[in-house]
This record gives sequence, structure tokens and C-alpha cells, in this order.
Amino acid sequence: MMRFFKETKTKGSVNLIRQKPDLDKVDALIIPGGESTTISRTLVRSGLFETIRNRISDDTLAIMGTCAGCVLLAKTITDTTKERVTSLEAMDIEVQRNAFGRQKESFEHTLNFHGFSNPYTAVFIRAPVITKVGRDCEVLAKFDKKIVAARQHRFLALSFHPELTTDLRVHEYFLEMI
Amino acid sequence: MKTLDITKLRHGTTLVKRGFAKMQKGGVIMDVVNAEHARIAEEAGAVAVMALERVPADIRAHGGVARMADPTIIQQIMDTVSIPVMAKVRIGHFVEAQALESLGVDMIDESEVLTPADPFYHVDKRQFTIPFVCGCRNLGEAVRRIWEGAAMIRTKGEAGTGNIIEAIRHQRMVTSMIRQLKEMDKNGLQRLAEEYSINYVNSLKTLTNIITVEDNTIIFEKYPYGTVKKEIIDILKEIKNIQRLPVVNFAAGGIATPADAAIMMQLGSDGVFVGSGIFKSEKPKKTAKAIVEAVANYDDPKVIATVSKGLGDAMNGIEIETIPKEQLLQERGW
Repeated sequence: MMRFFKETKTKGSVNLIRQKPDLDKVDALIIPGGESTTISRTLVRSGLFETIRNRISDDTLAIMGTCAGCVLLAKTITDTTKERVTSLEAMDIEVQRNAFGRQKESFEHTLNFHGFSNPYTAVFIRAPVITKVGRDCEVLAKFDKKIVAARQHRFLALSFHPELTTDLRVHEYFLEMI
Repeated sequence: MKTLDITKLRHGTTLVKRGFAKMQKGGVIMDVVNAEHARIAEEAGAVAVMALERVPADIRAHGGVARMADPTIIQQIMDTVSIPVMAKVRIGHFVEAQALESLGVDMIDESEVLTPADPFYHVDKRQFTIPFVCGCRNLGEAVRRIWEGAAMIRTKGEAGTGNIIEAIRHQRMVTSMIRQLKEMDKNGLQRLAEEYSINYVNSLKTLTNIITVEDNTIIFEKYPYGTVKKEIIDILKEIKNIQRLPVVNFAAGGIATPADAAIMMQLGSDGVFVGSGIFKSEKPKKTAKAIVEAVANYDDPKVIATVSKGLGDAMNGIEIETIPKEQLLQERGW
């Protein structure tokens, strides 16, 4: 995202969110890849979980969740318990974690992203897929008939990692949602 | 440039391997020897676990040849947690690596903690779909492992000692040398690449009666000396430009307390491995959580102070000078 601001000379800054007060300074939040169990625990322990939930219900925060972040945005997670992953439940989607398998099955591939004129190379790492979307959700990309990108209101859920590739179109798409 | 093959998935590319390692950034990877340990580690917030038969401190005490863990244990751990599971192979033991890959572990640690299998070479890691992490004591070792295909580098430190001094030494060796690269011109980089490739040359000289190595001499697997040098220069150029390793760089080998973990982060590590430090401490659950917190908030002294309270006895450490040189794990590999 920092690269996007630099290359397109767009005004904006990127902040690392670690403690509750950090969140007051931002209009949008990116929950990046990582382990959904780990991120979820960190959010709950730091109290950020409640702060983010409040911002969601006040409708003052746009969120992009990639991979683990996609899991954390989902209302329903099919393959695990609430003890393992406490979700923000921002989007009416159902997500299955590690849907393609373990790291051995991780891959990169091109896909068609809604509104993009050329194919987009997406990197899937122990990636989740979106198994169901609610009525208010728009499906943005599919891979092998599986939903890998969806949007609801100002929330964007992605199975793959735009942060690992140089293509900035998804970043741009998200910025337009803020 | 190769054209994109839409019909075929691209597994195990450099991007996919290094990407996996990036997802571990800012996290703690914990050594575990059974399903119960694995559950505690996951509960504490580990980003991954390292499945072993014995933690390094016990490997040290046990003596004998340390090998890849029994796949039964690894499988049980894989079935227990949903975070990635890593496992160790002996240096150069590519068949142990093949076995672990078929088992489906998420990352292989080609580790000096186990007894080395090959006196001449490390594993050709480019041949594998799953990513590798390798230890290093200095930039030369880091660059050779990256050239061989490692997707993550960690300090060797001195595993199983609970003594942070060697991990700090290795981290400083790497970062100081990276800073040196800044001032280095093309000739300097060329000379350094030759210096860093010399180990492959020496192995070949020991194995054969070859005295002079030419650019077209095959010195490792299918790679000629000229290619090795050229690719090592490319890696050095990238390091010079970005002023860090081109792969994720973790700390390992002697981390026993939250402050140990945080100092490694402040010295430039991207995350930490904790081996014996957790399950050899008096209060493993509390220590595990505290180290996770410390890594996440490594530059916040208040957090470090808070999480360091009441952890009981940390693992009983070993003074490095009291270890006979031939028993130093960091001396293994090159």
C-alpha cells in the first residue's frame, strides 16, 4: 500500500496498528495474511477486537482482509471452533480455512477480478475460500468455481495475497471503497 | 519471460515459498514434541510449531546421532493444530526431506541441531515444492542457503543452551555485513561472491583430484561454478539494494525469555524460534504467551516488563565456554 501511495502520488499514509489508540488515526484497516488463530488471539488480548467491532458498527472503518484477514471478516467459519478463531463477523460470508490444503498445495495463478481489464496473478498460501455469500455480498473473483474475492459494503475479503505481488490494482480497488 | 500456463497450477514457486515465510513475520515458532505441547503452543499464539522428538536441550543431553523425528509424532501434531507444522532434517539429508514433503509438513528446517548427514553439501532446496528454513552464523552462510533455495533464514545461535549470546553474535554478523555491502562496488561484490562460493569449490576439491576450477566446472548438483558465482552476485546486489536479506530472517538458538525474544527483534530479526526455552521453563504456558506478547510488542518496554513478571525459573542455561568445541551445534554445516 505504501508503494501505491508513492507510485501514484496519492495522498495517504500507512500505519502499523498494534494497540487500541493506533486505530483512532486511520480510516481503513488491512488485516493481512498470517495465521488466523494467531491474529485473532492477538486482537482479543490487546482489546483491539472490541475497538474494531465498534468501528464496524459505527460504519467508520473500511476493511480489507487477505487470507487470514478474510477468515476474520467472516460471519461463519466452517472448519473450526470459536475457541480457535474469534471472528469480527463483518461480512455475511461463510469461509473454509486451508481449503486447498497445506503449504505443498499453495500456488499462484491468474484469475479474472471483477472490473479489471486483464487477468490478475494471485498468490494462494494455505488459502481459505468463501463457501457462501449473503445477499448483500458481491462476488468479485472466482478460481476453479470457488469464490476467492467478495465485497460487502466497505469490507473486502480476499483468499489470496495482493501484498506479495507488484500488481497494485486490488490496492487501488480497496482505496476507492474508503 | 515464460508465458502463463492457465491450465496448470504453479506450486512451489519462489514467490509461493517465500510468501509462506512472510506470513510468519512478527511471530513465534515453537518447538513441540507431542500433541499436547502443540496445543499449548497454538493456544499461546504461536504462528507455527516445529515438530520434534526431543527439544534441543534434550538432544544435547541424550547424545548419539539425532535424526528426523518419527513421522507418527509429526502426523499427530499435524492432526492436532491448524497452524503450520514444520519439521527438521539433518544437514544434506535430502531423503529425510523427501519423506517430510510427502508427509505434508509446511516447512522443512535443515538443521544443525540434528547430526549432519552430508559432510560436503547442504540439500539442493530448489528441488522441493515445500519451503526450507536454514540456519546461518554470518552473511556468507545466509547467502549460500538462499542460493540453494532456502525461503527463510534463521540465526544458528547455540540451540539448547538457553543462552542468547550466540544468536546475538550471528544476527550482528549478518546485519553488520549487510551494512558493509552499501559501500561495495562491482569489484568488491565480485570478490565477495568468490569468497562465498569457495566452500563449494573446497568440497569438490576434497571429493576429486581437480585442482583448478573453471567457470564451466560443475561444483554443486547441476550448477557450474560460473553460474553459482553469478547468482550469488545477484543475491548480494539485491541485499545491497534492499539492505536486508531477500527472505524472512528469524532468530533462533538460545532464546529463553521475553526479553531475549525482544532484543532479537530490535536487532532486526523478523520473528523468533523458541526451542527448549518454553517447555524447559517452570511455567511453559505462561512463558509461551509472554514470548508471543514480547515479539508483537518488541519495542515497548512496558509490555516487556509486564509479561516478564512471575514467569518462575527460565530454563537452566549453559555457559558457551563450558561446551567442548566439537559439541557446538553451530559449527555444523557451512
